[in-house]
Amino acid sequence: MIETVTKIDLPVDEALSIMKNRVSSGAGKRVSIVTGTHGDELEGQAVCFEVLRRLAEHPEFLNGTVDVYPATNPLGIDSITRGIPGFDLDMNRIFPGAEDGVMTEFIAARIVEDIRGSDVCLDIHASNIFLREIPQIRVNIDTARTLIPLAKHMNVDFVWVHAAATVLESTLAHSLNSIGTPTLVAEMGVGMRITPEYMRQLSDGVFSLMAHLGVWTGPVEAPREPIISTDGKVCFINAGASGIFLPAVEHTKSVAKGDCLGHIVNPLTGRTVDELLSPCDGMVFTLREYPVVDEGSLIARILEV
Amino acid sequence: MERKLIFELKSLYRDSLRVTGFTFGEGEKSACVVGALRGNEVQQLYTCAQLVNALKRIEREGGITPGKSILVVPSVNSASMNIKKRFWPTDNTDINRMFPGYNLGETTQRIAAGLFDAIKDYQNGIQFASFYIPGVFVPHVRMMKTGYENLDKAKEFGLPYIILRQPRPYDTTTLNYNWQVWETDAFSLYAGTTDTIDRAGAIQAVNAALNFLRKEGILLGSGRAHEGYISSVVEEEDLVNVKSAQAGLFESFCNPGANVTRGQLLARILDPCDASVRANIVSPADGVIFFAQEDPLVYANASVFRIIPE
Repeated sequence: MIETVTKIDLPVDEALSIMKNRVSSGAGKRVSIVTGTHGDELEGQAVCFEVLRRLAEHPEFLNGTVDVYPATNPLGIDSITRGIPGFDLDMNRIFPGAEDGVMTEFIAARIVEDIRGSDVCLDIHASNIFLREIPQIRVNIDTARTLIPLAKHMNVDFVWVHAAATVLESTLAHSLNSIGTPTLVAEMGVGMRITPEYMRQLSDGVFSLMAHLGVWTGPVEAPREPIISTDGKVCFINAGASGIFLPAVEHTKSVAKGDCLGHIVNPLTGRTVDELLSPCDGMVFTLREYPVVDEGSLIARILEV
Repeated sequence: MERKLIFELKSLYRDSLRVTGFTFGEGEKSACVVGALRGNEVQQLYTCAQLVNALKRIEREGGITPGKSILVVPSVNSASMNIKKRFWPTDNTDINRMFPGYNLGETTQRIAAGLFDAIKDYQNGIQFASFYIPGVFVPHVRMMKTGYENLDKAKEFGLPYIILRQPRPYDTTTLNYNWQVWETDAFSLYAGTTDTIDRAGAIQAVNAALNFLRKEGILLGSGRAHEGYISSVVEEEDLVNVKSAQAGLFESFCNPGANVTRGQLLARILDPCDASVRANIVSPADGVIFFAQEDPLVYANASVFRIIPE
């Protein structure tokens, strides 16, 4: 059943509504799937569709409640804007919001309140337009003990246990974890695009997790075993100069220390201005997608093996 | 005055981003002033430029205390300002959310690191800052309650108000916060507008900065002509937040600095098609308007005025 989480009038003849689709068998645990906080991250749109499609196909296997929130930032998605249009604000920096706050904070508070109490929440992100990511779950080290056992069911290749950062306390996931709603952050693909293969992989993960929780009694694919790693095992490669990035490796492939990851070239001079070499043996789980780079732009992240 | 390149970032086709500092006097690093960090901070750039102009004259006249030096950095983000963008042109990140920076990190982390490395050792730090909601403030000094804030020094600016703010998680990556962590006494000065020039506000902010520098003994002279105000200290949470009950066209009757009484009509929200009144916004308290939003279209629940209560 499609429900309105919150609704607020915009200045000129338009209402902003946050919607969810609740599919429920009555009793049982509750799983929430959330995406669309960044309006340019669309991979989660396909996952929401696929999860609802499979639930509708086999309602007899549902033993609980699934809430799907496909667009926490509907203005952003419909206007191809990463942040909240009109506010120039990253929505994932205003949680948990405030019931008596300005419009954006009010909406954030209503979203948190609506998701509160879920047995598990999955917050799906899709990198940005610049970087392509392998399907992964990101977990703050402070919540690792609770979340890693859940993340193992998500059928992802990689679980990144990252350090706590004060600035990340304003995210939806941190806010929900802080109030006792276990929330996993999925990152995959690239902004403004949908990767069908990843859509199927993460959707399988959602059903695997639901089966683990007893919310889904139908058949599921066995989840793949993820590599679980901390910040210390992740190498960052940044552009040493501004220019056009031409990759020499494929995303998700293994590289050896010293292998060439790509070049930054200057089309005006015809010269290579930077050669990017892998600092370690490992797997390229993040790779630059958008060719124009500034000095310092992130080119790749390698999971050291 | 010595002009010095603090940081340079080469671009593919555009000219380099150059962050330039202007140093006055010689000796210990006494005060640093930073202007526009964002591409829309034209008032902050204008104010800083006026300060550079004033300090040039003061230095020519021998008005800088021997053994003291002042660094002014008017513009940190010309790459955005020149194309009328608020944040970094390519990835839309905010330099003022990147401090203390990281010289091997992403682009705006490198810019922040390049700037911060040059300014972190100053005893006093002043930033001409802006607010994220379009609107106008009564000129004031803003400080974060980090445990390192120096309220007595803040009064030396002689601005009407000092606002104390409890830091939120996203504040921890701002220039002001990191200056304080690095033991610089840091102050943010709000001089009226952001993307338009408010000459009176800029003059007041420049005089406030000069007052401060005189009272700290960095500039010579008493500066009696520009003593300013005995500042009132206000905790940000004590400001009365006046919100819009409805969305629509915003018709305001009050400006920042105005005295208002409880029940006074401050603004109206009109239907955008027939001008019927959707909501009257009345003052919930006696006091002074501290902030007034400027956008002619208003969202519901928007903070349209902030009032310092009597």
